[in-house]
Amino acid sequence: MFRLEARPQPSKLWIGISPILAVLATMVAGGFLFAALGKDPFISIRMIFWDPLFGEFASYYRGQLLTKAGPLILIALGLSIGFRAGIWNIGAEGQYIMGALCGAAIGLAMYPLDAWYIFPLMVLGGALGGWAWAMIPAILRNRFGTNEILVSLMLVYVAEKILAAAALGLLKNPEGRGFPGSRNLANWASSANPDLIAGTGMHWGVVAAFIAVIGSYVLMQRHLIGFQINLTGQSPRAAMFAGVVPAKVVAFTLGLSGALAGLAGLFEVTGPAGQISIDFGSGYGFTAIIVAFLGRLNPFGILLAGLLLALTYIGGNVAEQEGLPAAAIQAFQGMLLFFLLAFDLLSNFRIRLAHSSVSKKEAV
Amino acid sequence: MSELLKIDGLTKAYPGVVANDDVSFEIAEGEVHALLGENGAGKSTLVKMIYGLVKPDSGQMTLGGAPYHPAEPKAARASGVAMVFQHFSLFDALTVAENITLGMENAPHRRELSERIREVSNAYKLPLDPNRIIGDLSVGERQRVEIIRCLLQNPKLLIMDEPTSVLTPQEVEVLFETLHTLSDEGTAILYISHKLEEIKTLCDHATILRHGQVVGECVPKEQTARKMAEMMVGASLHTPVKKNLHPGEVILNVQGLSLASKNPFGTTLKDINVTVRAGEVLGIGGVAGNGQDELLLALSGETASPRQMVQVNGVDVGDLNPNERRELGLLTAPEERLGHAAAPDMTLTENAMLTGNIRQRLSSNGFLRWNAARGFAKAIIEQFDVRTPSSENTARSLSGGNLQKFVIGREVLQDPTVLVVNQPTWGVDAAAAADIRQALMDLAEGGAAVVIISQDLDELREVSDRLAILNEGQLTKPAETADLSMDDIGLMMGGHMGDGSDNTTQEAAHV
Repeated sequence: MFRLEARPQPSKLWIGISPILAVLATMVAGGFLFAALGKDPFISIRMIFWDPLFGEFASYYRGQLLTKAGPLILIALGLSIGFRAGIWNIGAEGQYIMGALCGAAIGLAMYPLDAWYIFPLMVLGGALGGWAWAMIPAILRNRFGTNEILVSLMLVYVAEKILAAAALGLLKNPEGRGFPGSRNLANWASSANPDLIAGTGMHWGVVAAFIAVIGSYVLMQRHLIGFQINLTGQSPRAAMFAGVVPAKVVAFTLGLSGALAGLAGLFEVTGPAGQISIDFGSGYGFTAIIVAFLGRLNPFGILLAGLLLALTYIGGNVAEQEGLPAAAIQAFQGMLLFFLLAFDLLSNFRIRLAHSSVSKKEAV
Repeated sequence: MSELLKIDGLTKAYPGVVANDDVSFEIAEGEVHALLGENGAGKSTLVKMIYGLVKPDSGQMTLGGAPYHPAEPKAARASGVAMVFQHFSLFDALTVAENITLGMENAPHRRELSERIREVSNAYKLPLDPNRIIGDLSVGERQRVEIIRCLLQNPKLLIMDEPTSVLTPQEVEVLFETLHTLSDEGTAILYISHKLEEIKTLCDHATILRHGQVVGECVPKEQTARKMAEMMVGASLHTPVKKNLHPGEVILNVQGLSLASKNPFGTTLKDINVTVRAGEVLGIGGVAGNGQDELLLALSGETASPRQMVQVNGVDVGDLNPNERRELGLLTAPEERLGHAAAPDMTLTENAMLTGNIRQRLSSNGFLRWNAARGFAKAIIEQFDVRTPSSENTARSLSGGNLQKFVIGREVLQDPTVLVVNQPTWGVDAAAAADIRQALMDLAEGGAAVVIISQDLDELREVSDRLAILNEGQLTKPAETADLSMDDIGLMMGGHMGDGSDNTTQEAAHV
């Protein structure tokens, strides 16, 4: 039988290729899944990964790519910084919703004023909303030792209830003939977040994501705060020895990831979504967890992983139109994380045959 | 005496290193056999093979004449081989009897077991109450639990891995009596140690390992300790030289330091008073778990105390954090190398940044100067002879001794005013240990105040000017090391507060 043996140093090779292997394994396993659903696996995989980029309607889908990738990257960057410190914010979806709600509320309070400063104020409000929502698990953890995974996750469901209440009440469009949902922010010049170049999907949120990639690289590689965050995740006691205050790391990383998720929500509600609606939450906050790990918690890796996951979203839409259930695509994304974690094991361990002879062992 | 265990040509290779190369020796019934060697000489691998934890690549063993190839420790125990590990596997929250039950196959009923524990502990003069909670026991008592756990199986061969490293001199004597009794009854003992004096008093025969090979055998009583040490190391040893010093101003002043431990099984520090002068080495001895870790944390700044309880050059630092203390020249090196003094998966450059940032100015406005950190790491590697391919290797990839040289070097090169080190040479080979001691003494000679917390009394007698003992969170009054005999130290460790019995409330200013 097989057994696992710890490597003296993590294998650089496996760290590099495990995301690629995970994508390939997901395609194979996904193929079986689609076959079991009675679809041709090859056509289904092609529909997800190929058609959005190079198929018949590619010109429409390509623009979607950046639109979908922007929020994923922005949220995943924030999460990755916390994950590096061993702080597990699972509730980015809630922070995304609260950011959108706060930012939108600020804008709607000034409707129909025409002023340049409205959008920047809304952006600020979005970041603050997400930050404040993430500070709840941070404060509870620092004061009472609660588990931030559970608290942040539970707060997603609270945020969803607040979202529904706002869409049906406080922020409901007074001219909306009783339908739930707020005024359309994308159609109001002061709050709109349109494509900066028409048809590319490149709105302010995507610009913010690119800036955040550079910013988080500098923070994590070049700045003392990033070093202290890494140190806390690697070895909490060594971090204390180096003078790091754990509570500050908890507050900083949760706050930052909340603020970035809130920003993503604000850019979404003012652009692609257009309004606060009951179903505004789209799962970006959860998918971003996969993006963060698939990108190896590295800013540039997250950029690529965000684009890949955006592709599966768009490909999923294509496949849905062809009759695949939406749940199959979610299962597909989940498989990606599953395979990634499985292959990751091999960067720290090697597989050996338990009863092999000496010469065989040397060959592994 | 007839032959009990015969080892013939045992070889075990790991990727990149041959841990045991064609090792052969024999142990007779009732013999106390020493296995001598430096760290990394292959002692652990060898006994793990005998105990069934590691499978040899080649070679034979016979036990009592029959082929002996234990596939797992259970099989070894069934054949009558028992082992007391250096690191105990006991659950703090359970009682002695419960812990022993956990390790047994077919454990008898609780009452019957308690009865047997009492019997065995009385027979071998190892007093132990089966109903006590492990968390309340001293390290010496915990070791008794492990020994009794083995003796309950009536072993033919008892393996002991560095058993005295955690004991007071008096406890060592009790242990040796027990081992003599066992040996008289015909139980063979395989005794692993690098403490030569105790091997001379205890063992009938010694096998010396170096780099995985048997390099010598001897009858310890007929050899000098120095001769055996040189066989172990394979070179002649240099002993750190101590110069006559004239201590200067008081630099570190600890005044009535009392602190409750955060850890439920930790030790509370009680009214610690001590001063250290420039150019002086203060040794703090004592059995592990008597407040050493807590004292280091209180001095490093990882636990804060009321501000006047710790002073450096007359400045109150008790409430300052580690980096603020570093700014004032108070540096520390904790005992646990991996995970406390250094982050295991970070490179040596990153680990140089870990404590060097403040005094070496490795960052400006929060931005890290990685080139400067690399330069600092390289300086440590070069000046302290750290064997590593480069400064970009992880801390985890270094051997214990090399990493310890790096950790000590990192603090020494920052030109500390006060340096406090806990267990500076624990698990470090003899040559590296001598280098580390010399570096610490040189530092003191250069005018720093040095505090060495250690369980190795020989080390403390060698390097310290004054010596105090930490016992249950209390520190004895420091005495001139030269004036203390081993018996005095033993009494201090056993809870007698040094010269005179009434100085639990010592005058703080006494030097």
